Amino acid sequence: MLLEIKNLRAKVGANEILKGINLAVGLGEVHAIMGPNGSGKSTLAQVLAGRDVYAVTEGEVTYAGKNLLEMAPEDRAREGVFMAFQYPVEIPGVSNTYFLRAALNAIRKHHGQEELDAMDFLALVRDKMKLLDMDESLMTRPVNEGFSGGEKKRNEIFQMAVLEPKLAILDETDSGLDIDALKIVARGVNAMRSKERSIIVVTHYQRLLNYIVPDFVHVLSNGRIVKSGSKDLALELEQKGYGWLEDAVNATA
Amino acid sequence: MTTAIKEHQDVYLQSFRQLEQRAKAPEWLARLRREAIESFMELGFPTTRNEEWKYTNAAPIARTVFEPAPAVAAAPAVEFMAKSPFAEMDCPRLVFVNGRLAADLSSLDSLAAEVKVMSLGKAIADGSSQVEEHLARYADCAANPFAALNTAFIEDGALIDIPKRLELAKPIYLLYVTLAGPKPTVTHPRNLILIGGESQATVIEGYLGFGDSAYLTNAVTEIAVGENSILEYVKLEGESATAFHTATVKIHQARNASAHATTVALGARLAREDTTAALDGEGGEATLNGIYVLTGEQHVDNHTTLDHARPHCASRELYKGILDGKSTGVFNGKIIVRPDAQKTDSKQSNKNLLLSEEATINTKPQLEIYADDVKCTHGATVGQIDAEALFYLRSRGIGQLEARSLLTAAFANDVLDKIKYSRLRERLKEAVFERLARSA
Repeated sequence: MLLEIKNLRAKVGANEILKGINLAVGLGEVHAIMGPNGSGKSTLAQVLAGRDVYAVTEGEVTYAGKNLLEMAPEDRAREGVFMAFQYPVEIPGVSNTYFLRAALNAIRKHHGQEELDAMDFLALVRDKMKLLDMDESLMTRPVNEGFSGGEKKRNEIFQMAVLEPKLAILDETDSGLDIDALKIVARGVNAMRSKERSIIVVTHYQRLLNYIVPDFVHVLSNGRIVKSGSKDLALELEQKGYGWLEDAVNATA
Repeated sequence: MTTAIKEHQDVYLQSFRQLEQRAKAPEWLARLRREAIESFMELGFPTTRNEEWKYTNAAPIARTVFEPAPAVAAAPAVEFMAKSPFAEMDCPRLVFVNGRLAADLSSLDSLAAEVKVMSLGKAIADGSSQVEEHLARYADCAANPFAALNTAFIEDGALIDIPKRLELAKPIYLLYVTLAGPKPTVTHPRNLILIGGESQATVIEGYLGFGDSAYLTNAVTEIAVGENSILEYVKLEGESATAFHTATVKIHQARNASAHATTVALGARLAREDTTAALDGEGGEATLNGIYVLTGEQHVDNHTTLDHARPHCASRELYKGILDGKSTGVFNGKIIVRPDAQKTDSKQSNKNLLLSEEATINTKPQLEIYADDVKCTHGATVGQIDAEALFYLRSRGIGQLEARSLLTAAFANDVLDKIKYSRLRERLKEAVFERLARSA
């Protein structure tokens, strides 16, 4: 298993959001986590990335044999964890190129690889920009500043393509995208699918899963995974809505 | 209730008498100096009861006995200059060591023949009528004790005299280096910069200091920007950690003149910058920008004035502060719109980044508007490093310290990005980044 989550509980302030998550993700697998608003999907993604506004109160997360929860966010990234943000942050005054090269070099350095200079870096990113239909001008602009919603999401997947993580977590990367932008993002993600990489797709909508076809689908509701299944579960949800599952859970409770 | 400290004034009076005897001055200058020392004796050093000095305690200056800085061999300054942000900038320069022109370190090779860049003391001795006409005409000695003290001790500094219709390709660089001795010393650098009509120039003024003992640099720079001329002015204060730095910069602008000033304060234990742009002709444009980076127990006070005296002038002001440790900062931005200055368009902004819980900033806009058809806006912010941006960088593998200095430098960059001369801009960015890395 690349990632193993056991009985994970987390809260923000006094509010418990994750109430005992169990999930195992094998290397090379694509898992979709679906669920209604407020079910804890984004919290799970952020806890895995190391956002410290969430306090983990119980449970454990093992990543590549290591205790993930003990690692600083930058160490998680250097070890191959990547989260595509639901709301990518704007950073005025820092150019996209400078930022991404600093990130890539921090990761390379961690693995004992030589750091890339500006020229080598540019050569490396050029193809990946094409894959995601990124305009070159986006590279010289400050990180995400003035980017459209679609440009921001493409920029996240572009970063993923450059940093080549072992575990990618896409947090509602599809929300707010029109169908063309969605296809570009899906193309970028599909190009990254490999036996050496696991992907967790967090989404509210089934639509994205028509383009990024998952191996497994999990439904998150009220801080717990209430149902897991194959890709067909997503279609079932699409027809019946989340209410169907929530009612079922409540009935057995 | 006392608003002035007068206990060591006699020391200055005594030095003044020695100066009068030692240095023969033309009658106009002797009179100017005498009036100035009288102003100073009357004003004394300000206390914090003086509204203009409410958040800056000048007592450490007033209570120290500073002797005039002695003439020293200029050679040791070379090593220190090599570390300055402008060391490799290839431009005409005058270098002053302990207040005196160091001819060996100066170079005017690439300067156009029509431009005069020289020691102010020499220009006075030569009987320059330009100097007599302009010196002390712009800086106010009646209200500002430090400007008065400087004027009383006018001896050397720089004269830059650019004739009409000349565009200078390279900046002119004035550098003041203090080699602090065992006892506290003072210098009073004085600069007069005259830019004839329809000309364009960049002037850099730098202050660097070395040594562990206290010293005071008390500078005055007067700049007259002629009709339809364009000036870019950059001041770098990089004094040593034990230094006091008080400076008055007064930019006087004629019709359609444009001035863009950037004040970068990185050093000194206590610095006070009084920077004024006076728009004294229609259609003028003034920009006063600044960046201050403080740590430890440093204190920097930026008092700025945008003085709109004529119609149809625009002014822009952006000051940004990065404060760490127990440092304290003051920003007081005054905008005066005089009755004649209709259609004034003025925008002021002061933004501060506090890196520690013990750092303090006092920020205050001060608008005095006597015309009715004007646009004036102002705003101030005080904040910490954006936690979301920090997490974003870290989540991509960038270490916490590097991410913090990256965000901090980015905060400073939009002031520095507005400097037009690219080599200067890049060097200043590096200087600020190095300064931040040192305190991180």
